[in-house]
Amino acid sequence: MAQVPAIEVSGLKKKYGDIQAVDGTSFSVDEGEVFSLLGPNGAGKTTTIEILEGLRNKDSGTAKVLGLDPWESGYELHKRIGVIPQGFKFLDYPTPREALSYYGALFGRKVDPDELLRRVILDDASNVWFQNLSGGQKQKLGMALSLVNDPQVVFLDEPTTGLDPQARRAVWEVVRKLKDEGRTVMLTTHYLEEAEELADRVAIMKHGKIVAMGTTAEIESKFGSGQRMVVKGGDDLLKYLRESTRLHAEGGAGSITIFLRDKSDAMVALGAIEESGAAWEDLTVRRDSLEDVFLKLVGEGGSIEKGVE
Amino acid sequence: MGFSLSRMVSDLKIYGKSSLRSREGFFFTLVFPIILILLFGAIFSGGGASQSTVYVQNHDTGPVGATFISALNSTSNYCSTSSGAGLCMRPVPADLNFSQYLSSKSASDGIIIPANFSLAFESGQKVNVTVFGNPSSTASAVVSGIVAEVVNGFNLHGATGVHQVGITPRTAVSSNYKYIDFLVPGLVGFAALTSPMFAMVNISSTYRRDKVFKLLSLTPLTKTEWLLSKIIWYVGTTAVSFMLMAAVGVYAFGAHIALNWGIGIFLVLGPFFFVSLGMLVGSVSNTPEAASVVGNLVTFPMMFLSGTFFPVSSMPKYLQGIAHVLPLYYMIDGLNEVMIYGNFGAAYFDMAVLLGISVVVFALAVRFFRWRED
Repeated sequence: MAQVPAIEVSGLKKKYGDIQAVDGTSFSVDEGEVFSLLGPNGAGKTTTIEILEGLRNKDSGTAKVLGLDPWESGYELHKRIGVIPQGFKFLDYPTPREALSYYGALFGRKVDPDELLRRVILDDASNVWFQNLSGGQKQKLGMALSLVNDPQVVFLDEPTTGLDPQARRAVWEVVRKLKDEGRTVMLTTHYLEEAEELADRVAIMKHGKIVAMGTTAEIESKFGSGQRMVVKGGDDLLKYLRESTRLHAEGGAGSITIFLRDKSDAMVALGAIEESGAAWEDLTVRRDSLEDVFLKLVGEGGSIEKGVE
Repeated sequence: MGFSLSRMVSDLKIYGKSSLRSREGFFFTLVFPIILILLFGAIFSGGGASQSTVYVQNHDTGPVGATFISALNSTSNYCSTSSGAGLCMRPVPADLNFSQYLSSKSASDGIIIPANFSLAFESGQKVNVTVFGNPSSTASAVVSGIVAEVVNGFNLHGATGVHQVGITPRTAVSSNYKYIDFLVPGLVGFAALTSPMFAMVNISSTYRRDKVFKLLSLTPLTKTEWLLSKIIWYVGTTAVSFMLMAAVGVYAFGAHIALNWGIGIFLVLGPFFFVSLGMLVGSVSNTPEAASVVGNLVTFPMMFLSGTFFPVSSMPKYLQGIAHVLPLYYMIDGLNEVMIYGNFGAAYFDMAVLLGISVVVFALAVRFFRWRED
């Protein structure tokens, strides 16, 4: 029997005034999968995820979560999904334990706040007022809240934006636990590293459209130009390479990248570098990474942020 | 999804806890009302906090009446001191109608020395001074105590040494009310307006900014349950404010308050209306700045023109016209009717007006405030 997808989106569109925030996106997420929407700020990630959560209405297309229309089904859906809005905030003064009891009461569920806090590794701050929690602790409380109703699908909208590396890793650990528990996770992020670490599949968004989708390996091989040679050298070397070979080379800031179509390109490149008589050092050959693909697809100006390590 | 009492109570509990832990919430619920009543009570009670004036009319032409008055003055004349409690004796011309004079001064304490006082005293006959007072007033009790003391002294040193001078007590309850009597209902109305309005306008924008509404929209909590829990909370804080202000008004400034169920009705209707109005203002405003401007535009005229600090009847006619379209007027007018005059007939109309607009504004607030966006 074919598996029913947890999330199914096709031809989804949403416009704010003149801006087409989501422009005909289509994708589906299988049950138990961790799926990441990756893109620069303003690419339409949050709008897409909020439509799926039932927080925004779509203009056209279809969006189904667990077979339900998110905007129409309301609580039918909400009792089966967990959500942390971007930049999650709560009332200033309740403690995490109180917040969880409250949330449980709203859902009519008897919850054990301490057990939930242990699961998100927040049991050390269970009695601290929300306003005094650190950014990472707030995010973790958001995750614990989203788990109160034991959801099948969890939506995390930029869960680690603005967190320090240690807090980010702690959040990642919780996301991995969610996957181990068999939950479907949809995650938006503008950190490449986060998508690579967590996601089974990634969709890269730009201007409301999905420009690449698949596992990171699939995206790298499909959209990457294969091997590239990177060498440190000046403008004289770049000029020589462009004039004396038919290789595609790009450079700047003392680093030159030569795109290799096959092995003979590599030999030609090496020969030309040697013949140029220009100074060079640190020559490496590597495959395109997700970052290379991302920059190629989204553009250098895509305000991409690399994970801070 | 139907209404759930337990969800509403859960929401009330967490909101209440949060409010009490916040310094602003604590201040506006418990401290601010006391500051207000102390401030305005002190400004308008004219000098000494619990000094009361005793009017004395001397019909006696002989020397004994004058001696009696100087004896009164020597025991208790504090007219000149600006601080502290005490009695201030003020002479009243003998040709005036004393009862009318007392009520024209909104006073209830006074002493009349009869025309034949010297004659009777010197000839050893029994004679009575008349003491006016309000039996329920502590000031009146002090006055009659002092008069009794002076009378005793006269009886000891009189011509016969027997019980010669007596006291005829008379009840005088002033039909004119003191400023403090209007101030308590006015400030209760003020508290019922400002605390919920500012809180709700603020909540409507910060909850939207912080996506708390989005978070709540993903739970079974309904907008009606959420808004009702806020109303219940502010009914509670307004009741606390009322008790604090009434206590300060009565004990520090001698305000007269008739306690009855009518007060309770207004203490519920007022916050019901202003919580709904604050939420409506916040919901129809697109930005926090706009919400704050609209909130102030709605709040400030009501704060000053609805009889909060001055009775509406003392304002010029055109301002009275404006007052009558301000919802807070009906709360304060109603509170005045039940707390001061015990006039329920007039208060029923105020209750009906408040209930009517409250239901409408509550429905509009629930209708217009959105958890989520299109």
